[in-house]
Amino acid sequence: MIRIVLPQHLRTLARVEGEVTVNVDGAVTQRSVLDALEARYPVLCGTMRDHVTQKRRPFIRFFACAEDLSHESPDAPLPDPVAKGAEPFLVIGAIAGG
Amino acid sequence: MSSVRVLVGTRKGAFVLTSDGKREKWDVSGPHFAGWEMYHVKGSPADPNRLYASQTSGWFGQIIQRSSDGGKTWETPGGEKVPGPGEMPSGASNKFVYDTTAETGKPLTTHQWYDGTQHPWEFKRVWHLEPSLTDPDTVYAGVEDAAIFRSTDGAHSWHELAGLRGHGTGPKWQPGAGGMGLHTILLDPKNPDRIYIAISSAGAFRTDDGGTTWKPINQGLKSQYIPDATAEVGHCVHRIALHPSRPDVLFMQKHWDVMRSDNAGDLWHEVSGNLPTDFGFVVDVHAHEPETIYVVPIKSDSEHFPLEGKLRVYRSRTGGNEWEPLTKGLPQRDCYVNVLRDAMAVDQLDSCGVYFGTTGGQVYVSPDAGDNWAPIVHDLPAVLSVEVQTLQ
Repeated sequence: MIRIVLPQHLRTLARVEGEVTVNVDGAVTQRSVLDALEARYPVLCGTMRDHVTQKRRPFIRFFACAEDLSHESPDAPLPDPVAKGAEPFLVIGAIAGG
Repeated sequence: MSSVRVLVGTRKGAFVLTSDGKREKWDVSGPHFAGWEMYHVKGSPADPNRLYASQTSGWFGQIIQRSSDGGKTWETPGGEKVPGPGEMPSGASNKFVYDTTAETGKPLTTHQWYDGTQHPWEFKRVWHLEPSLTDPDTVYAGVEDAAIFRSTDGAHSWHELAGLRGHGTGPKWQPGAGGMGLHTILLDPKNPDRIYIAISSAGAFRTDDGGTTWKPINQGLKSQYIPDATAEVGHCVHRIALHPSRPDVLFMQKHWDVMRSDNAGDLWHEVSGNLPTDFGFVVDVHAHEPETIYVVPIKSDSEHFPLEGKLRVYRSRTGGNEWEPLTKGLPQRDCYVNVLRDAMAVDQLDSCGVYFGTTGGQVYVSPDAGDNWAPIVHDLPAVLSVEVQTLQ
């Protein structure tokens, strides 16, 4: 079971509170986790990755285990603690404000 | 007794304002989708309980919301939570993909960038949603970068009417400072095959075959801010309006100039007349008087606020050229707000109501066709769009 922390706007959109969890068959990667997340919550399609190119949206970043994974290959394995559900996969929006 | 429902899109959410036919006391509902930019909210003429809303964000992209109960509850068509593992999503209502097929999409890959080079077409957001006049499940979307999409399944899925970008001038289109948005969609109530659209800053276009083929309709426009003032395309059209009883007569607020066409856009002539400035964004037509039109003059393209700090709507009862200022109830000093292109609307009550919203967060109503004005709300986020439904 993979734990995912979404920014507030996406939690509102998906109508969830707190962390969400998904199951991934096979390798646990950014792509497989986000695919599972979007399949569970289709309203999130296009909000983190471009519909067509599947590239990460510019103001979105991915973190886990205190590491910035935003620029890692989407097919690289995520850290073991994420794969085992010990640590969450964080979806972070760029800070807005003055 | 009749009532009205005003749909307001703002920089930080949507609001629904309701009143009875007197339009004196108002209930305010919202913010809906708090924190998101709500570019446009509009109801279906065929089913007033069916609303569509464009919800956007620089972070998270485009969302399309739909209501089937007049805005009490909302849904994202096709974006509902999947009940269990293994069940695939039924659709993605926010998926706007340009047509690049060889048959209909070629060669729609680039348009002109600010520096004159070619730039890839990139979807950014939906500026305007125009529900069909007859079918609640059919709705058109005007998007940035400029294109028109249509859904026939209640916004579950969208398909580009690629003949617009593909008719020939697409590679010459260039964004204005606010982006290259398709912001106006007018459906001809007498001819279902005819649609008018406008793009900043490419100009106005028309289809006479239901959206398959399109042509520019910019003859007569003169824009001193482009290299060829009378070019076929490149004019920064801000808004077009028509009266349903006379859909061949069009009124346009251009970047500068208020224009009129009496032949479905084939030829335009200027009707700015005695306006103190003919820059502005909105233009609209009285519900029952096809020759009565409204604009809100803005000082200039570099100073987006009313002249002399006085917020004045101008009305012409002669289809242009002769204009009178309407000021009763509007601030006449120290007012430096703007009124954006989709932020004016009229209701259908016997005494036609006129509405507009400002970047200062006010929404004003005149229940008597512009003679007297009052604020419905003072302090919303910056208003992007105003639409009105007249309910029985």
